[in-house]
Amino acid sequence: SASSAESPVAAESIRVRGLVQGVGFRPTVWRLATELGLQGSVRNDGEGVLVTLWGDADARNAFCERLRRDCPPLARIDALERTPLSGQDRPRGFAIVDSAATSVQTGVVPDAAVCDACAAEIADPANRRFRYAFTNCTHCGPRLSIVRAIPYDRANTSMAAFRQCPACAAEYADPADRRFHAQPNACPVCGPRVWLQDADGQPVDQPASEPASQPASQAAIGALADPIAVASRLLAQGRILALKGIGGVHLACDATNPAAIAELRRRKRRWAKPFALMARDLDVIRRYCTVTPAEADLLRSPAAPIVLLAPNGGEGLPSGLAPGQHSLGFMLPYSPLHRLLLQDWSVPLVMTSGNSSDEPQCINNDDTVRRLGDLADAFLLHDRDIVNRVDDSVARIMDGAPRLLRRARGHAPAPLRLPEGFVDASPILAMGGELKSTLCLVQHGQAVLSQHLGDLHETTTLLEYERTIALYRALLQHRTQLVVVDAHPGYHSGRTGRALAAAEGLALLEVQHHRAHVAAVLADNGWPLDGPPVLGIALDGSGYGDDGSIWGGECFIGGYRQLTRVAHLQPVALPGGTQAILEPWRNLFAQIVAGIGWEAFQRQYPDLAITARLRQRPVAVLSRMIAAGVNSPMTSSCGRLFDAVAAALDICADGIRYEGQAAIELESLCQGIAPDHGYAFALRADTAALVLDPSPMWRQLFDDLAEGVEAPLISARFHAGLADAVVGLGARLASARGIDTLALSGGVFQNRTLFERVSQGLRARQFKVLAHRQVPSNDGGLALGQAAMAAARLLR
Amino acid sequence: LTHGSGGRAMAQLIDELFRRHLDNALLAQGNDQALFQPPPGRLAISTDGHVIAPLFFPGGDIGCLAVHGTVNDVAMSGARPLYLAAGFILEEGLPLADLARIVRSMAQAANEAGVAVVTGDTKVVERGKGDGCFITTTGVGVVPDGIDISGDRAVPGDAILVSGCLGDHGVAIMSRRENLGFETEIASDTAALHDLVAAMIAAVPEIHCLRDPTRGGLATTLNELALQSGVGMRIHEPAIPVRPEVAAACELLGLDPLYVANEGKLVAICPAERADTLLMAMRSHPKGRDAAIIGQVIEDPHRFVQMETAFGGSRIVDWLAGEQLPRIC
Ligand SMILES: [Fe+3]
Ligand SMILES: [Mg+2]
Ligand SMILES: [Zn+2]
Ligand SMILES: [Zn+2]
Repeated sequence: SASSAESPVAAESIRVRGLVQGVGFRPTVWRLATELGLQGSVRNDGEGVLVTLWGDADARNAFCERLRRDCPPLARIDALERTPLSGQDRPRGFAIVDSAATSVQTGVVPDAAVCDACAAEIADPANRRFRYAFTNCTHCGPRLSIVRAIPYDRANTSMAAFRQCPACAAEYADPADRRFHAQPNACPVCGPRVWLQDADGQPVDQPASEPASQPASQAAIGALADPIAVASRLLAQGRILALKGIGGVHLACDATNPAAIAELRRRKRRWAKPFALMARDLDVIRRYCTVTPAEADLLRSPAAPIVLLAPNGGEGLPSGLAPGQHSLGFMLPYSPLHRLLLQDWSVPLVMTSGNSSDEPQCINNDDTVRRLGDLADAFLLHDRDIVNRVDDSVARIMDGAPRLLRRARGHAPAPLRLPEGFVDASPILAMGGELKSTLCLVQHGQAVLSQHLGDLHETTTLLEYERTIALYRALLQHRTQLVVVDAHPGYHSGRTGRALAAAEGLALLEVQHHRAHVAAVLADNGWPLDGPPVLGIALDGSGYGDDGSIWGGECFIGGYRQLTRVAHLQPVALPGGTQAILEPWRNLFAQIVAGIGWEAFQRQYPDLAITARLRQRPVAVLSRMIAAGVNSPMTSSCGRLFDAVAAALDICADGIRYEGQAAIELESLCQGIAPDHGYAFALRADTAALVLDPSPMWRQLFDDLAEGVEAPLISARFHAGLADAVVGLGARLASARGIDTLALSGGVFQNRTLFERVSQGLRARQFKVLAHRQVPSNDGGLALGQAAMAAARLLR
Repeated sequence: LTHGSGGRAMAQLIDELFRRHLDNALLAQGNDQALFQPPPGRLAISTDGHVIAPLFFPGGDIGCLAVHGTVNDVAMSGARPLYLAAGFILEEGLPLADLARIVRSMAQAANEAGVAVVTGDTKVVERGKGDGCFITTTGVGVVPDGIDISGDRAVPGDAILVSGCLGDHGVAIMSRRENLGFETEIASDTAALHDLVAAMIAAVPEIHCLRDPTRGGLATTLNELALQSGVGMRIHEPAIPVRPEVAAACELLGLDPLYVANEGKLVAICPAERADTLLMAMRSHPKGRDAAIIGQVIEDPHRFVQMETAFGGSRIVDWLAGEQLPRIC
């Protein structure tokens, strides 16, 4: 298309594809065209943005160049397609054509952190938005969290309740203004208000210890002291604050106050899972953690995720924040409200989801006060409704690149471009997994992955999941042809998907859990539909396998169209099913039974502490359960192997308090330790596949325990041994078939120690490694893989 | 037991055994059918095949189970059970003494339940073609006028009650079958519930639903009722009675007691304002001593059964899809 620039035609049309709607793209086009003296128009349509341009070739070329360079911060240009235009009259000026008039959809974009310009305004006493908590513009502010329907116009958001004042309306209508068509535009005169109240709805005017000048109950809300300043003082006193933000309600407290942290844990019944932290700026974070340039960029990006950082050994924070963990999750204040609350804080605040353990966080005021009435001392609320719950995203730099561990605020619902070959994919709805659930909708060669929705056996989350299906189908005007579900017969996502397909007469496809993981990492990396075969390695917790057993340590060969299982971890019993996932000691026992035998183990390792600890357990019953197959399905899960090793080191042996806890604490233990060697694994050829057998690893590990080797070194040797075994297995399988690319997926690859050693080991052997970036390697990425496999099948 | 040649002598032996233990006037007529005058009221009839391993277990055996199961299914309509018919399929090699023990137990259970086994049939199958003994029983009862109890009558606002502790039968059977060797032996709760039902109806004739949560446990029964009535249900975890030793066994086995079978318990649904009266009536009966109000019927187009946990969370209690396979990661 570059050649068309040389043509003498005085007019052209430019089709812009990418993330170009709802992000201030048209005003940018308007400004550039006006500055360059070009005539024409710009409009949103179903495919993106369409520009018509009259003027000489040089100016038009300059326009295209500058459009790429001056692309608004939230926009992403995937393609500029230029076509000569003829047979039309040259217009007089340059016009923005209203999208409402063209009756096509305008895309919904992710919520974005407050931009520098807006941040400067709220800090400027002379500005009319000084200290205004709902300041935003086209480059920042709430989007997905406030939208009810399409098109994305103010009337279809929770801002419909607020009528713009003349000053705001003028900004909204002016293409030269940063707030041109900023749907949530607001100011203190016309926009949402924030207030501080107690659980009974009474205004809170002063911190409790300060004598009130008048009884708070007699003062009207709004006539009080600045509620954000009062809330900040309450936090300084060690109180717990419920705080309604962008996509949900947080519970906040002073992160340097151990008593406040302990009290928050007690009230939330969240005994072990780490708390996220929010700090005013990078300098505050650097007091506690190392922040590399890449991590700083990630923290300051418009998505403003929680970034997992390594403590720098300097100033410590109370250990109750993240017990047993080596990293801390930090984020920067992403809304004006958070900025104002944190402006006087030179230490971080805990900023954790506003819920009681395991429930989804609250989003509306009544629910917040009802459900969190006993959890928070005060409630900083506002009257802009949160329509869609959007949790904080979580990211981490691993193997040199940012990787999303939870994809929500700031990322959903931005479409992911599907790789080459998928342009004509049919409209597909993929239902995701059971925990960390997300949805994926395919259409127009793009995949839209919903925000992280959570655990579907929780009633509220399941109902929200169903509403989100309806919302996304409406937002995308999705004409679903096929529904894809995980093959697990008991997943709520599967039940919902099957019911939906039956009710609407849609085709239904089941995709095996770990194949979906592998397809997800392919799609995440733009691997072409008909690219050469890859070796996919899924190291995971648990998923339903082809044979009805539980898989989770699998190797496949193929691509989107077909993935053939060629190797797996040694299947071991899961005595008590779900109970074994909750109690790591059961996995240790099952591994001993499978690898050594319980009697032999007791003879060979009579003096180990774990031998004594296991003898105190009802292992006789467990033995008979395993032997008789009573609720003891077989599993090749890698996650369970981690649990078993953790239990052998007395980490979370009795039980875990959140998903992955044992493995996370096992990894934390070996930070900074370079193991001299790794434990050995054996490789056996089964009838259909190679089997990676951990029994030699167990013997070496128990020998080390018997010799008094410290737990951190044992953990390091286990990580190294498993990583090297995976590299060896992968290299062998790939080389035998002339494959040069390995794709890594599954929740276990969130383990940085393992992931980096596997990835680097494979690259050292000249293999190309595909790993997750934009979508999580855990079940949050499943829906994308399901969608890609289904699309490939339909495109056959 | 033997099969084939010599079968005639064997059939006579069995015949005698039944006549001796199950003796009653109708059976004594010696016909291929029992003839009787139906009493006034609507007749309720139910049939159930009983298959269980082991045949003898703590708290009972297949004989009494075959009586209780069908008596209860008849009684859950509000009916007074009257007669039973029994069909036996016996596997070659079943010790005659075992058969005698089963028939004696059946007779005693029928006696206690006030029903007569009035007709029956016996077949002996080759070794390997049966699991010792299968018993199919069919029961007939009569429903008093003015009683309208049915699985489709639950309405939002109704209270949900259970008659006692859940999970005893399933855990007893599994621990005996697999020889799991729990420290405390758990006994099956197998019992006939018609007398409890009669006491409940006398106290609260406007009961909407009754059902015995047998296979699939309370969870399955509530889902059936929710579907049949087109409603949702919300139950409260702390209110659900489970014996500590059963809870401990379930935790060890990784089983959810809500899905474990019962053979002497019932679920009742009645208008909320009558719930306390019904609860009193149940608790004053020996088979309802541990009865509890466990939740309420709610409006819900999804027909979900939700359970509020001890900490205020809420989870969906679904239909079981095959065995209980882990869904978590
Ligand atoms: Fe998974
Ligand atoms: Mg029955
Ligand atoms: Zn802004
Ligand atoms: Zn205004």
